Amino acid sequence: MIVRILGEGQLQVADSAADELASLDAKLEAAVEVSDEDEFKTVLGELLARVRSIGTPVDPGTLEASDLIIPGEDATMAEVHKLLTDEGVIPS
Amino acid sequence: MSVMKRVTMIFRAKANKALDRMEDPRETLDYSYQTQLELLQKVRRGVADVATSRKRLELQLNQLQQNSDKLDRQARDALAAGREDLARDALTRKAGIQTQVTELNQQYTSLQGEEERLTGASQRLQAKVDAFRTKKETIKATYTAAEAQTRINEAFTGISEEMGDVGMAIQRAEDKTEQMKARAGALDELMASGAIDDMVSGPRDDIQAELDRIGASNSVDVELERMKGELGQGGAPRQIEGAGATDGAASETASAGRSEQTQQPRAGDGA
Repeated sequence: MIVRILGEGQLQVADSAADELASLDAKLEAAVEVSDEDEFKTVLGELLARVRSIGTPVDPGTLEASDLIIPGEDATMAEVHKLLTDEGVIPS
Repeated sequence: MSVMKRVTMIFRAKANKALDRMEDPRETLDYSYQTQLELLQKVRRGVADVATSRKRLELQLNQLQQNSDKLDRQARDALAAGREDLARDALTRKAGIQTQVTELNQQYTSLQGEEERLTGASQRLQAKVDAFRTKKETIKATYTAAEAQTRINEAFTGISEEMGDVGMAIQRAEDKTEQMKARAGALDELMASGAIDDMVSGPRDDIQAELDRIGASNSVDVELERMKGELGQGGAPRQIEGAGATDGAASETASAGRSEQTQQPRAGDGA
């Protein structure tokens, strides 16, 4: 599957890693729910590190949409919240 | 729902909305390509803007560092002249400058990161735009409108995601450079008004003035010693006074002699 890290580009990640990433993602979601910024940063860092270590960069000339998109390294919870509520963070 | 899935969906929704607006998919390929080129221009401008801000920060950092070095030298000079009070003053001001330097350095690093990110974004977008152009020509040449639809959707969704990502990166960099510009502008104004100089070394560089005064009186001492040596005389002040008295005896006006006499002992005191 293709995973995009916002601000970094796309990586090809083995489908077998899906469960592992999903469990990290669940922790991320939990942090967002209780507005725990520190936990959010920690888990996001783990998730990104994992994807970077198991993924291989996709040729940027590939016109393929990603299966999963992860916020970038220095994303704050507020930014992610804005992104999720689609308050115009993605310019059209 | 998971964060990753939600973010992904937001991007998808964006692409689908744009696709829905298209009537003849083949015609809109060109329009989309145009938008991509515009975004490419924008991201390149963004890179240039960030670089400009970074360079400006660099100049300010250099200037502050020079001021800090100057204060360091002054502190040493003051200590050498036995003026610990002055040295302390200089070092206190240096510490103030160093705080600024540390802050600016952090911002500098952050701008550098932004510049690298945006440069990467620009390169990735360039690659995708190139791929899109090729695909667009193929689709237009090979397929009927109906057949083209699926392929166009794929290509469009692929590039739309990149465009959204790059768009966010540009927005971010713009926000950051705006903040930085405001700060840099304020700092430039401070420097131009002399307020930073004041912080470096007081309104008229009082530390330097004091050091100059110490230096000057030292050189007067040295000169006096040299003159004494030349004249082969030990007690310079007395000899000058004597000379004044002789002049006074031969003089036309007593007031001139008196003024000489009152001035010369003062010079002697200072020596």
